[in-house]
Amino acid sequence: MSAEFDQKIHNTLADANLQLAIYTATARLKEHRIQNVDPGVLPDYQELRTQANTIKKHAIENLDHYLEEFERNVVAHGGKVVYCKDGTEVSDFILALAKERNAHLIVKSKSMTTEEIDLNERLEHHGLESVETDLGEYILQLAHERPYHIVAPALHKTRYDVADIFTDRLKVPREVVIEKQTAIARGVLREKFLAADIGISGANFLVADSGAIVLVENEGNARLTTSAPKIHIAVAGIEKIIPRAQDLATFLKLLARSATGQSLSVYTSFLSGPRREGEIDGPDEFYVVLLDNGRTKLLPDRSKRQSLYCIRCGACLNTCPVYRKIGGHSFPWVYSGPIGAIITPQFMGAGHEPGLPFASSLCGACGEVCPVKIDIPKILLELRSDVKKSELREKQNRLERLAFRAFAWLMTHPRLYEMAGSMAAAVAPSDGRWIRTVPAPMNLGPVKAWLSQRDLPPPPAKSFRQMWRQR
Amino acid sequence: MSRDHILHRVRTAVGRSAGQPAADPPPVRIRIPSVDLESRIASMLARVEALAGKAYRSDDPRGFVESAIAGKTAVASNAPYLVECGITSLPGVRSGITDRAELRELCAKSDVGITCADYALADTGSLVMLSSPQEARMISLLPPAHIAVVPRERLLTGLDELFSILPRPAEQTSSMVLITGPSRTADIEQILVRGVHGPGQITVVVV
Repeated sequence: MSAEFDQKIHNTLADANLQLAIYTATARLKEHRIQNVDPGVLPDYQELRTQANTIKKHAIENLDHYLEEFERNVVAHGGKVVYCKDGTEVSDFILALAKERNAHLIVKSKSMTTEEIDLNERLEHHGLESVETDLGEYILQLAHERPYHIVAPALHKTRYDVADIFTDRLKVPREVVIEKQTAIARGVLREKFLAADIGISGANFLVADSGAIVLVENEGNARLTTSAPKIHIAVAGIEKIIPRAQDLATFLKLLARSATGQSLSVYTSFLSGPRREGEIDGPDEFYVVLLDNGRTKLLPDRSKRQSLYCIRCGACLNTCPVYRKIGGHSFPWVYSGPIGAIITPQFMGAGHEPGLPFASSLCGACGEVCPVKIDIPKILLELRSDVKKSELREKQNRLERLAFRAFAWLMTHPRLYEMAGSMAAAVAPSDGRWIRTVPAPMNLGPVKAWLSQRDLPPPPAKSFRQMWRQR
Repeated sequence: MSRDHILHRVRTAVGRSAGQPAADPPPVRIRIPSVDLESRIASMLARVEALAGKAYRSDDPRGFVESAIAGKTAVASNAPYLVECGITSLPGVRSGITDRAELRELCAKSDVGITCADYALADTGSLVMLSSPQEARMISLLPPAHIAVVPRERLLTGLDELFSILPRPAEQTSSMVLITGPSRTADIEQILVRGVHGPGQITVVVV
């Protein structure tokens, strides 16, 4: 685990207000989900999960076929598809288009994929104004922060934080009433929508047989982003593809329920191409940017490729005992929680934060709530194994290897094991905090780090072996 | 070029060759319950109310809309049904606009937008709006209040029935939107606020 990761975790744990905010928000989202996937409300929930998993598996196994079908259908409806291997290619494409169309103002709706490639920063670096329009994302853009949660990006901000941010950045009188803060944002952003040259959205699904993108949202900002400006650009990962529009009857029932516990989000938009002959409004130009950015790297592994089934509902975050303590910003990249722990090492390389797959209790809750049945705990184990293998190759962590070898040797020698057990019992601290018993020179560095997170219960008066003999 | 590069990487990774047909996809899962019209209407009204919208049954949509928009400015879509009902000719209602800039300006300053839903989903209380020369997107989006008129024969049971009637919505429109309740957010402290960017008030009239 890197010192930075460790430090962020400790800072989060020490912040009582933040702990309360994370706990309350995730508890509410979690509770809403549970109520809305209850058999009394959605009797076929488990069948829907199985169906969603089967469709995603099929789509990924035939990904090239569906990407080409998607592309043909987008073109048939007058749109264009642009394949990009990384963030630089995405921003190059958008910058060139903006220059050609003399566009300066961009409105954006919430998209984790564009967070992944720091799209706003890239565009603003070249003099374009790119404004986030989802309320939470807008607050974070003003505060120059990353999303804290896939679905509730600003869950760590209180109304008082928002008041400070708005006063400082928008030069408005301080306002702490949430309804009024929302109205302030609505007013500022409404003008942006009506003046914007380009709208950039993400996509929850890419529908191959229709050449359509599907967007799911509650505020209406994605609808405005995709229908007010004359140019609409959707940026999506290549894995978002589903074969047929009819598959939405499965996915839409799962997505909002798993994310926020709504039966459907307020707005579900199914968009296929620019406005057609006679349509009064809607964009004149429609582009879909299909982004790789590391996704093809994890396709070859048949087990780990299921990480690409993810529909970004955030249910695994809300249920994860680790996320609920360490929060979103402790994670090294834009994706947090269990899903972040499995896709970050695969997209960015295992060396990015080797401690990440280990930051899990492997309780299995994430796998249980996943609407597309990704076996997250299994992938975490596989990634742990990858990290250890690469450490072996690089001959790192000799101390840990030595310790585990000694442990294995002890475990295979019953006499010695018993002796070690009674010795340990004799010196064991009554409160189980072994860290205090380790003598000074050893109580440093890796030993300290290891023991700081691991306690043993106080030893019993008699060991199991002793009781067995005296039975 | 990145297109060929990415497709090549995908093919290599999943073990396919260019142009190879895909395996048969799993069958679609469409289950349409049989629900009689009265129950669909009851469910639609109850669901919209539960979402903090207003929902009514009316045999006189013109009279209903007239009293709902009294003293307010409204813009109505060009849906033939609204014309037939006489809603487009109500005082204070502008309709028949086909120019994008004019419509946008009007929507941005009107109090109410009036549309006719193409379908509605009874089990979730959703309106289904297909963009067309008759139905513009902005009318259900820019004004702070939205009134949707739903002829009752357009009330479907739910998503499954919608996608069985419209297996490929893209063949009919560039934009299909499902609207389920008023625009909302809970981005600050998980406190629910209605009317963020879209209408904060939604009224459904089943005729």
